[in-house]
Amino acid sequence: MNWGWLIFALAFWAGTYFLNVRIANSRWSRTRVARIGVPVIFGITILVVWQGIVRGLDVPMVILPAPTDIWLRMIESVPTLWEDFVQTFVKGALTGYVIGCGAAVITAILIDRSPFLQRGLLPVGNFIAALPIVGTAPILVMWFGFDWQSKAAVVVVMVFFPMLVNTVEGLAASTAMQRDLMSTYSASYRQTLTKLRLPAAMPFIFNGLKITTTLALIGAIVAEFFGSPIKGMGFRISTEVGRLRLDMVWAEIAVAAIAGSAFYGAVALIEKGVTFWHPSQRG
Amino acid sequence: MRNIVPILVVVAAIVVVWYGAAVKMNAQWALDQAARAEVELSFGELVTDTLSQERPRLPAPHQVVAELWDSTVGKSITSKRSLVFHGWITLSSTLLGFVFGTGLGILLAIGIVHSRAMDMGVMPWAIASQTIPILAIAPMIIVVLNSLGVTGIIPKAIISAYLSFFPVVVGMVKGLRSPAPMDLDLMHTYSASRGQIFWKLRMPASMPYLFASLKVGIAAALVGTIVGELPTGAIRGLGARMLSGSYYGQTVQIWSALFAAAILAAILVGTIGIIQRRALKRMGMAT
Repeated sequence: MNWGWLIFALAFWAGTYFLNVRIANSRWSRTRVARIGVPVIFGITILVVWQGIVRGLDVPMVILPAPTDIWLRMIESVPTLWEDFVQTFVKGALTGYVIGCGAAVITAILIDRSPFLQRGLLPVGNFIAALPIVGTAPILVMWFGFDWQSKAAVVVVMVFFPMLVNTVEGLAASTAMQRDLMSTYSASYRQTLTKLRLPAAMPFIFNGLKITTTLALIGAIVAEFFGSPIKGMGFRISTEVGRLRLDMVWAEIAVAAIAGSAFYGAVALIEKGVTFWHPSQRG
Repeated sequence: MRNIVPILVVVAAIVVVWYGAAVKMNAQWALDQAARAEVELSFGELVTDTLSQERPRLPAPHQVVAELWDSTVGKSITSKRSLVFHGWITLSSTLLGFVFGTGLGILLAIGIVHSRAMDMGVMPWAIASQTIPILAIAPMIIVVLNSLGVTGIIPKAIISAYLSFFPVVVGMVKGLRSPAPMDLDLMHTYSASRGQIFWKLRMPASMPYLFASLKVGIAAALVGTIVGELPTGAIRGLGARMLSGSYYGQTVQIWSALFAAAILAAILVGTIGIIQRRALKRMGMAT
């Protein structure tokens, strides 16, 4: 037991808590600096308290490594982490994401002209979107082999239905008045689709694209628990857990977290460019 | 109800495509077997063979249904081969985790709504956490808790709780903030205390948001439990059935476990939907 670390962690926590309360209740609380500063301070506090408790109570590495241990491990194993990242994220998740979302948007446009199919497919799609689809992972691994193709297939299945539901909803988003205007211009179905309804659907499509970023990563990682070549984030996590090298596991999780938020952020950034006209982006 | 015909048509189409795919995907194995036995298969024989293999690449729907029926009704529920037994294990840890996750989520949401510091500090992280593949830590939680001597349904329930926690926090914060300024002003003119505003205005107003996030949360909790059952060495639960099925090439077993999980998810989400409709109706908020 190391009292110094514990007292330091406690004091740091009390200090930053007090600081955050002061900032949040001050008259600068609405400024940009405060909006970013408060969560950053909170995050740093958690890291420091984590470090303090692990060092202070001498928590063994096999239960919880300290943030500094994880950081050192990350620096040390950059090549491995990069290899896993490419295998799981670029090859598995990203390929599946593009194929799945693309197929869903195309399907939505294809069934757009048939209200009958829409009324049939939407409830089924909504139902399937709520199911534990990760369960298909063992089947798809069996069909497509251990390499990234099977991971991409899992991702395709996972992102397809949420994306389909959102796109169909989006294609219905233009108002009757706007569609009437298009028909007074004697616009064809295709013109109405490309000039009015698809642009109007963009906020919904991007909502789907954002939701499915997380699903894509989860699908690619969990599918690797069912079998994979000797690289990949899910493979590394499950084997290093078995060897009780938890600092490596945490490093891998940190990479997954960063990749996940960066992926989401990138899609959100594209959304900002495409749907600049939407009220939610102008504020 | 006017959707019933289109839905049935779509489901029927899926079943037809499934049968076709089953014939196509299992044909190779059947042909190989026939070539080894040096017999010619007629088309009819080929189809019947592909739809009744022991370990098909894609089991036909009737095989899955038969296996489901056999392993739920056909076996006693205490048997290790009964899906009811495995389903119950998965369900109990899902529900335990869901209750804990939801409870903690609501408490944190209450804290966030009433404290500006918590709102500014915690809320961005709660939102950002939705973009992170949290499920990746499942194996670690299981193994670490195992080494601490905690086994059984608790580790899986922790994963479920963790997964259902954040949707509830985000939904509840939105819900507790949903009363219009006018309503809040009215409460102030009554000189209502913070507690009274909370119980009489914020809490009732948040119910539609709460139920929406409960639906997301329970589906996530079920996925969490199933994934949590994978690294324990495939002993009990629906996730374990899937993993052991994939080890031994028992495709029918994987599919039936998958369908059992799907039915379980549908029942759980459906139950919350019914409670939602009843509760909102009693509150006069039904749409």
